[in-house]
Amino acid sequence: MLALEFPPINEVIRWQDLFTSFNKIAMIACAASLIGIVIYLIAARRDPMVAPTGVRNLAETGVEFIEDQIVMQTMGKEGLGWTPFLLSIFIFVYLCNVPGIIPIIYMPATGRMAIPLFLAVIVWLTYNTVGFKHNGISYLTGMLWPRNVPVAMRPLVGLIEFLSNILLRPFSLAVRLFANMLAGHMLLVTFCLLTNALFFAETKQLILRPMSVLPFAMLLFLTAFEVLVGFLQAYIFTILTGVYIGLAAHPEH
Amino acid sequence: MESLAGLIAQTPLTADDQKKANAAIGAGFAYGLAAIGPGIGIGYVVGKAIEAMARQPEAAGMVRTTMFLGIAFTEALALIGFVVFILLGL
Repeated sequence: MLALEFPPINEVIRWQDLFTSFNKIAMIACAASLIGIVIYLIAARRDPMVAPTGVRNLAETGVEFIEDQIVMQTMGKEGLGWTPFLLSIFIFVYLCNVPGIIPIIYMPATGRMAIPLFLAVIVWLTYNTVGFKHNGISYLTGMLWPRNVPVAMRPLVGLIEFLSNILLRPFSLAVRLFANMLAGHMLLVTFCLLTNALFFAETKQLILRPMSVLPFAMLLFLTAFEVLVGFLQAYIFTILTGVYIGLAAHPEH
Repeated sequence: MESLAGLIAQTPLTADDQKKANAAIGAGFAYGLAAIGPGIGIGYVVGKAIEAMARQPEAAGMVRTTMFLGIAFTEALALIGFVVFILLGL
């Protein structure tokens, strides 16, 4: 009989600490921020009058992507000042997602709750600060007692708006990123285990061993899928940040 | 055959095992039920978005952005179900 033991969740997503309270997740996060910083520092040192090559091309593609696809779509022209912030969030989240499919490392740093939650808290602080800066106290009153709804509906809509702004947005922002990356990681683990169990099965039915090709094919497909998911989640995280900042600055639309 | 024999000659479950089994069943149901609504919802969102893009290809960029936003909001429910599944089942 096939024995398939799924390891407990702590074994799947945990490593031994490298030093005290510095594990592989922290290492990936540090590497992600360092790589992003280095790419953009190198790109910034090139002469801006010469046609861009190499690293600078990459960096400019990133900036253009953020400007065209995220800032212009969510905040319009006056939001262009937010490009650096959104760009750093995008690069960091993407570089944290990518190790989920890089062999040997095989762990998205965003697959642990700490990093998504911390990013969501930063975003929450940012858009609430922007809201108070642009609208003063009417940011809060307009949220609790919305002007453009019938009076009878105002308490209900105000409550929903308040809850969604203060609690649900950062929560769903963090949980979306975390759960997507963790789900992808668990799928990869599951199909790795299935391939392993079928290939090394101690059984007399020899048909089982060649059948390990099937989960392996699925594993390859899921790895390709994770490339897409890693990018898409970074994009969604960034665009939602843009939407929240835009809504906080101009709550009327 | 040996697996069938194993099923028949089962030792009675302890209370702890029973608890674990119930948690596993609950986790399976939690994720399965949480996936139904968002599945339908995402299908609807993407279907309508494709319809809009086919009717008006010049608006495709805007539609795509909004579609991703809609997917992200819809998907959150399924993901909460997944988190519950992790918390309960593993």
